Amino acid sequence: MGSITLEHVNKSFGGVTVIPDISLEVNDGEFVVFVGPSGCGKSTLLRLIAGLEDLSDGTIRIDGADVSKTLPAQRKLSMVFQSYALYPHMSVRGNIAFPLKMEKAPKERMDAAVNDAARVLNLTDYLDRKPRQLSGGQRQRVAIGRAIVRQPKAFLFDEPLSNLDAALRVNMRLEISELHKKLKTTMVYVTHDQVEAMTMADRIVVLNAGRIEQYGTPIELYQKPANLFVAGFIGSPKMNFIEGKEADTFGAATIGIRPEHFTISDAGRWTGTVGVAEHLGSDTFLYVDVDGIGQVTVRASGELPFAHGQTISLDPIESRIYRFDAQGQAM
Amino acid sequence: MARAVSTRRKLGFTAIAWLIALTLFFPILWTVLTSFKTEGTAIAMPPKFLFFDWTLENYFTVQERSDYFRHFTNSVISAVGSTILGLIIAIPAAWAMAFSPTKRTKDVLLWMLSTKMLPAVGVLVPIYLIFRDLRLLDTHHGLIVVLMLINLPIIVWMLYTYFREIPVDILEAARMDGASLKNEIIYVLTPMAIPGIASTMLLNIILAWNEAFWTLNLTTTRAAPLTAFIASYSSPEGLFWAKLSAASTLAIAPILIMGWFSQRQLVRGLTFGAVK
Amino acid sequence: MATRQTQVAARLMMSPAVLLLLAWMIVPLSMTLWFSFQRYNLLMPGMEYFTGLDNYRYFFANPSFWAALTNTLVLVGGVLAITLIGGTLMALLLDQPMFGQGIVRLLVISPFFVMPTVSALVWQNMMMNPVYGLFSYIARVFGVQPIDWFSQVPLFSIIMIVAWQWLPFATLILLTALQSLDEEQREAAGMDGAGPIPLFFYIILPHLARALTVVMLIQTIFLLSIFAEIFVTTGGGPGTATTNLTFLIYIQSLLQFDVGLASAGGIVAVILANIVAIFLLRIVGKNLDA
Repeated sequence: MGSITLEHVNKSFGGVTVIPDISLEVNDGEFVVFVGPSGCGKSTLLRLIAGLEDLSDGTIRIDGADVSKTLPAQRKLSMVFQSYALYPHMSVRGNIAFPLKMEKAPKERMDAAVNDAARVLNLTDYLDRKPRQLSGGQRQRVAIGRAIVRQPKAFLFDEPLSNLDAALRVNMRLEISELHKKLKTTMVYVTHDQVEAMTMADRIVVLNAGRIEQYGTPIELYQKPANLFVAGFIGSPKMNFIEGKEADTFGAATIGIRPEHFTISDAGRWTGTVGVAEHLGSDTFLYVDVDGIGQVTVRASGELPFAHGQTISLDPIESRIYRFDAQGQAM
Repeated sequence: MARAVSTRRKLGFTAIAWLIALTLFFPILWTVLTSFKTEGTAIAMPPKFLFFDWTLENYFTVQERSDYFRHFTNSVISAVGSTILGLIIAIPAAWAMAFSPTKRTKDVLLWMLSTKMLPAVGVLVPIYLIFRDLRLLDTHHGLIVVLMLINLPIIVWMLYTYFREIPVDILEAARMDGASLKNEIIYVLTPMAIPGIASTMLLNIILAWNEAFWTLNLTTTRAAPLTAFIASYSSPEGLFWAKLSAASTLAIAPILIMGWFSQRQLVRGLTFGAVK
Repeated sequence: MATRQTQVAARLMMSPAVLLLLAWMIVPLSMTLWFSFQRYNLLMPGMEYFTGLDNYRYFFANPSFWAALTNTLVLVGGVLAITLIGGTLMALLLDQPMFGQGIVRLLVISPFFVMPTVSALVWQNMMMNPVYGLFSYIARVFGVQPIDWFSQVPLFSIIMIVAWQWLPFATLILLTALQSLDEEQREAAGMDGAGPIPLFFYIILPHLARALTVVMLIQTIFLLSIFAEIFVTTGGGPGTATTNLTFLIYIQSLLQFDVGLASAGGIVAVILANIVAIFLLRIVGKNLDA
């Protein structure tokens, strides 16, 4: 059981307000990702839930119980840190067993839990090593192992994959998702990487300057971004934003078209010149200078024979044009 | 990145460096050698370097005549005592400053350092009078307290720089793992802090052992450590070089060896982290 | 990053150290300040009275004071010159590839660990004794008239002893700083055609500037209070030739028992030291942010 409720949470450091007023609900068993650019308050929010920071105002409930004043040790949450934060002087076994040792769990239960976790995380052969003798991915697994043995009400992840290289990151992403499917425990995961958010989350909280821009499932955010910020943040490559006359014709201050929502035709609505063409094989990214509009990114499936300097004609898919008002809100 | 060098150049540098190093070290070496000579050989002209009748006689004389071991014990008591007392007071302070810094932490640290820069002579009179009135002159506890106080800023500062290298994440992880403050200190902080505490302790023992202002002014006989004991050899009449050397060798040997072990921490400790 | 509980705990944990140092600084210092305005001699107890600035007037009018001030400056300046220049050269040398670097380093650093009373006596007797000392032997080997160090050049003798103790300190710190110089920077300068001498003046010396300043300031603070070396060798003499400020105040307080006069001197010493300390604290403080 592990639902987390935030009611009018406020946090200021000194005179600086980092989080003005946030309320949100994480359901039991849900995988929620906090995503946003650096400095948006996502890590602070996680640390408030963990109890590593004091609330300036508001209430945090876990399973309905007010934990706003409870010490982190008593909130029954587990956290995986960006730096892994393994205890350097303890073996892998010692690290994983530590939370149970703090609970004064009986020896047999401790051994069983450690061996279980080690098996799940492929760490059985490394139990007697020290953290410094492990690779980045293995350290990451130890940190996760330490988090799961406690059977917490919820897991908190603070940018856990940002110290890993690209290939490993994809692997660990899968492992964490699988772990969630297996354990069915609530997970709150902080990242600045929208790909991680989109691939792992049940629901995503997009944060900007301490405010929730939108809270919804990945597909909701992709299909119905609430505002310019979310529209620009979710999706890769970034959505093209077009202002001025072209937007006026759609009755909006700004229109947005995702790179994948163009058709390349002989006599399209827009014509332009290809600046750079990136051929990835599966996709082709074209950076096109469209007359009267500016640079537009186009993503086309497959291998297309376009090159620098070529003239191209584009059609935005009408049904996929996003319209925003002067305040940047979706219309 | 190693620079490519010819063996000949390397040999050249080796020769020059060893020559200079041995010259600088020579007074120490000479003291050690002289301590094994008779008083007669000690002042022989030309000086005898290695080929003389080695004798341990001076060491026995030093002990018999002036009770060397009492002063050695006094040095140990005051240096180790003041260091341990200093650590007991400094560890919580440095811990707090490293892990719960506030806006004023930096000012507090700098202020502590500034007390170290107070010239001893500026407070010699009052301390002497206070000690006289409290009957602390020539006592161990009096000396321990003063040595502790003059070195406390360095202890706090060194510990602070070591503690600050312990990632806060790890302490937070312990908190998340359900550790109480007590367990956090016992299981996580202490094991990670011990190397830093050990080198702080070592450097501070060296400093306290060699302190020669307060030890000379606040002690006479009963609590006099080796600094004061050696000073008593400064009588102008009579040449007791062999005995002086024996006493000196005994006084510097333990600290020299400790110093060799702690030389890398020395830079950090004595520059307050300004040179790394 | 801290919660309220930890902040309260932090304050409690800091208080013993802070209070002790506060007491250590304020109590004796205000007593010194108070005494400095008193006519107060320990040989005449109960005869104390307020004299205003008289002690300061006497202290400054005393020719010994000016001699002591000059000696202090010469002593500090001389030792600084030797240790900073020597230390830089030593650091450059020790940074070169050689056999037995570790042992050389240990030998060079050793004098720093010798207690001041030992080094002073060893030098005064076994090195500098006009008849039996090693220096006089060496002088005679070369057919030169040996000099009586402590009668002919007493202050210089003290400077040599103190410089011998502090040269290792300067060397060690400058060497540490030198080793933090980016090897690629050196290589880039080499590619740009800089020979060893331009390399030293344009790359190495600027890199060492901060370490040199730190060494200078820290040494100055310690050198202003040189005591033991004078105490066991010359006792401030001959005359006032080797009396520095610290020693002058010591004589006035614990030998002449003139607490008032000594306290005025103490305050002067504190002010002098503070001038240096302000600069040092500023450098250290800046580094604390980084």
